[in-house]
Amino acid sequence: MIRPLIKGLELTLKHFFSPAVTVQYPEERWEPYPRYRARHVMYQREDGRPKCVVCMLCATVCPAKCIRIVGVQDAKGDQYPQVYEIDLGRCIFCGFCVEACPVNAIGMTTHYELDGESRQALLLDLEKIMRPPR
Amino acid sequence: MESLGALVLLLVKILLALGVIMTAIAYMTLMERKVLAFLQVRLGPNRVGPWGLLQPLADGLKLLFKEEITVAGADRFLYLLAPGIVMVCALMPFAVVPFGKGILGESLFGIPLDQWDLGKGILADIDTGILFIFAISSLSVYGVVLGGWSSNNKYSLLGATRASAQMISYELALGLSVVGVLLLTGSLSLVKIVEDQDWILKWNCFRQPLGFLIFLIAGSAEICRTPFDFIECENELVAGYQTEYSSMKFGLFYLAEYGHLILLSSLVTTLFLGGWQGPVLPPFVWFSGKVFLMLFFFVWVRGTYPRLRYDKLMKLGWKVLLPAALVNVVATAIIYSLYLGGKA
Repeated sequence: MIRPLIKGLELTLKHFFSPAVTVQYPEERWEPYPRYRARHVMYQREDGRPKCVVCMLCATVCPAKCIRIVGVQDAKGDQYPQVYEIDLGRCIFCGFCVEACPVNAIGMTTHYELDGESRQALLLDLEKIMRPPR
Repeated sequence: MESLGALVLLLVKILLALGVIMTAIAYMTLMERKVLAFLQVRLGPNRVGPWGLLQPLADGLKLLFKEEITVAGADRFLYLLAPGIVMVCALMPFAVVPFGKGILGESLFGIPLDQWDLGKGILADIDTGILFIFAISSLSVYGVVLGGWSSNNKYSLLGATRASAQMISYELALGLSVVGVLLLTGSLSLVKIVEDQDWILKWNCFRQPLGFLIFLIAGSAEICRTPFDFIECENELVAGYQTEYSSMKFGLFYLAEYGHLILLSSLVTTLFLGGWQGPVLPPFVWFSGKVFLMLFFFVWVRGTYPRLRYDKLMKLGWKVLLPAALVNVVATAIIYSLYLGGKA
């Protein structure tokens, strides 16, 4: 009965002398893994328009129903989104939209510092989603 | 005139001791958080001041500025009285703990130091020091029970009742574990007990190993320290008897908790680790060093062991510690009178 008690004390003492694993956040930053899923990005066509073809697969597969798309047609008959909004306040970062996209228009970056002072600030519109920070 | 000067000196000495104790209590909170953090491979508070050294100050300020709440249905008088009782019971026993040898000599500023223990390293050198400590510190159960009962909350009441049951049961083992030391020393005075341990092998932790162990366990149960923290027991009782307390009333409970911890460490040091005895360094340094080590030990234990189950706690108290303490007393008495010829 006594030995396990002493062993426990030994273990914690060993931890006492090992360096802390804490990341001191504002000064130090955690480097996310490459496949980490955070803020979305919309890739562009060569002419600068969004790559999205308004197939609605992402909005359909989205479990949180946080994607809103309004599409238009150009003179050649190609569809492109006029409105493409992702509500980060509702998004659960499952990445299904990225998997569903047939033309690899939408992706996810590792930018994890997502915050805003209002619900409106968490709404990513086309402008914001095409220009991810960094 | 002379006695007036002595009175002033006495007040200064008391205030000085009180200041040291209160600072120690404040920094004990920081030390606990830091040591616990290191035990858990974290860093602990390090934002307020260098290495978080101003954290206790910030905590105190925050507590002072918090809203004072008295719950509806509370017995207001007892509700206010309870933290006071606990705090007084935590601070008063320090009056008889010898923290050093008299080093000031015969007189200071022309005032003779022969009255009121002015020249001694203790506030009040009374003959029954250890009895005084047990008498006062066992009163703190009243603070806990009153606090839990008067706040009109069933969690508080549950926490208070089972804490009082625990404190009363462990008091027996605690008291008996000291009897061995008292037999060997032949005195109840803490000063005499310390003076008796003037050589490292004469420290009572070597002469009374079983008593030492029982005192450690029963002591940490007595002050409701993890792994015996049934008094608050976050996951079962919210915060036990102090659930309904806020602001500085809660602060007093908190300070008293650490006051008890420091008191227990100084008692272990005094009774079993030779008090201020030690070579080369001045006595006060030896005393505070040993107390510091004991404090570290208690935090270390808190960082290691989970809380006991309530029935096991009672079983440990009544079926293990109490018989062991009795055996220790009897064995010490027999060896003392048969083999040591009445002089240890």
